[in-house]
Amino acid sequence: METARIAFRNLYRQKRRTGLTVSIIAFGVVAVILFTALAGSFKNMMISQITDSMLGHLQIHRSGYVESLDTMPLNLVIEEKHIDQLKKVLGEIREIEGYTLRILLATLLSNYADTTNIKLSAIDPASEQLVTPLLPGRITEGKFLEKGQILLPNLVARGLELGIASEAVVIATNVDGSVNGTSLVVSGIVETTVGPSGKYGYIHIDDARELLRMESLQVSEVAIRLKDAETLTPVMKKLQTALEGIKDDKGKPVFEVHPWKALSPFNNIANMIDLMTIFIQVILVTIVLISIMNVMLMAVYERTKEIGTIAAIGTMPSSIMSLFIFEGLFLGIAGVAVGNITGLVLVYAVKAAEMTISFGQSDNILLAPQISLSTMLATTFIVILVTLLGAVEPAYKASQLDPVEALRN
Amino acid sequence: MEPLVVAKNLVKIYQAGEIEVRALRGVSFEINPGQFVSFTGPSGSGKTTLLNLIGSLDVQTSGELVVAGQHVNQLNIRQRANFRGHNIGIIFQDFNLIPVLTVRENVEYPLLMVKPTPAAERSKIVTKLLEQVGIAEQADKFPNQISGGQKQRVAIARALSTAPKLVLADEPTANLDKATSTRIIDLMKELKNQLGTSFIFSTHDPRVVSHADIIYVLEDGQLQTPTAENTMGHGGKN
Repeated sequence: METARIAFRNLYRQKRRTGLTVSIIAFGVVAVILFTALAGSFKNMMISQITDSMLGHLQIHRSGYVESLDTMPLNLVIEEKHIDQLKKVLGEIREIEGYTLRILLATLLSNYADTTNIKLSAIDPASEQLVTPLLPGRITEGKFLEKGQILLPNLVARGLELGIASEAVVIATNVDGSVNGTSLVVSGIVETTVGPSGKYGYIHIDDARELLRMESLQVSEVAIRLKDAETLTPVMKKLQTALEGIKDDKGKPVFEVHPWKALSPFNNIANMIDLMTIFIQVILVTIVLISIMNVMLMAVYERTKEIGTIAAIGTMPSSIMSLFIFEGLFLGIAGVAVGNITGLVLVYAVKAAEMTISFGQSDNILLAPQISLSTMLATTFIVILVTLLGAVEPAYKASQLDPVEALRN
Repeated sequence: MEPLVVAKNLVKIYQAGEIEVRALRGVSFEINPGQFVSFTGPSGSGKTTLLNLIGSLDVQTSGELVVAGQHVNQLNIRQRANFRGHNIGIIFQDFNLIPVLTVRENVEYPLLMVKPTPAAERSKIVTKLLEQVGIAEQADKFPNQISGGQKQRVAIARALSTAPKLVLADEPTANLDKATSTRIIDLMKELKNQLGTSFIFSTHDPRVVSHADIIYVLEDGQLQTPTAENTMGHGGKN
């Protein structure tokens, strides 16, 4: 206890050296907090752009749909009787905020002069907006969808010179192989989340049913929005358990459940951000370790005569080592405390500044950095541990100094 | 009375690169408790080496050395530190006060780190020692705020804080002026009389040597004068 008190007093009285070391540690902690908060914010923003404007948090398909060789196969749809069963299951899970039914179809689009291919998502506008609330925000011109209308992606609208209120013809082949067409009015131009080359548009689900001559309701996918994205894994497990009992005529499960991560390549980017965050954290922690070792070694060299003196008057080598270990520990605690406070202030300052960034086709996306208590606790623990590790070698060196040699210093 | 220090044929050889330095060449003497002893001689005569051996800061190459009943060369590093902490006080030529500690804290330090003592008793010991060495008014000052003579008084108080049997002082007056040197030696002698602690100091200043009860003269690592009472006019007086 007395050793700790003396170590604390040594640091307190060596204000300049202590201040410098604490600043180095604090800088590392601030950098970790700030980077983690900003990278986390960017990742969350990116994920929410993907989930809230396109995918939803979870999707349910007919078994085999996602891995089908065909693009948007119409022979792997969820039948009406299974939709009813599915709705019942979805209605019983409290964590689900809403869901929407979609028919996905690959079509041709014509302005009567030119034709291009386009992938369409046939949606129910009301439930779609509940599941993907950011979708209306992606409309750059015109307004959201009504029956008899089409939302065109920028690229296609420009290419076919289709403006708001223009008439376009959608041609599709139904599951039986017959080709059908329908004329729709352009209600709006939508930007895609996957870059300017995206060719994804939206039509009303009732128009798709007429186009594909579906007599009963059949859907390609059901997109689900959760009240809290953090509950994705347990809800997915709950859904898989509830749906595994629903079998088709051949006794095979009707449904497959996928999280957004399994459906979007953006998950790889999210993983890369996590990896990069860890990498940066390792670099910063290493900087702290080296700095501490350096400062502590310098302290041992500077204080060689002092160490020789205390050894000569009978201080045990273990006590000398403890003294330096305690100094390292206190430096770590002080550095982490200053770093955590400064880091939090900066995170809130960035948040308060309402900084915006561009992502994909979206501008002015608000950067909302935040740092979790668990991340801060982990950073605190690791940095203090690293500081202690950094102090061990110099402390051992100090404890092993020959008093006679040290006194000659 | 059992001698406090018994040295028989002490030899200390240093290896300085490829050169062998014979710092002590068969030194023998005895020092009894309560004596005020001086080792004198020119620079390089082996005074500091001898004091380091007596203080168990170093071990002899050959010969026998018993301090406070202990063959110090038989102790390991840890045991030697413990032995020093409980039996020996050391006063340094450069005072060697810890710069970030106040005068009081410097004196208190051995009672915290070397011979842990309860706070109340610690405070009493430190206060008394500061008064005995006449530095009580400077108790809250840092070493850089006091004079050389005052620093050495603090060093004396620190050396005495653990109530050692023996205090070693290596050139305690080398960095002090004549008047201050005399006062410091007088103080050490006075404390020896009050506390019964033996003092061994090295010096090459004849004016300081004259205060010693027993004087040993070292030259080229050998005692020139056999163990004897002070022949310079102050011998035998405690």
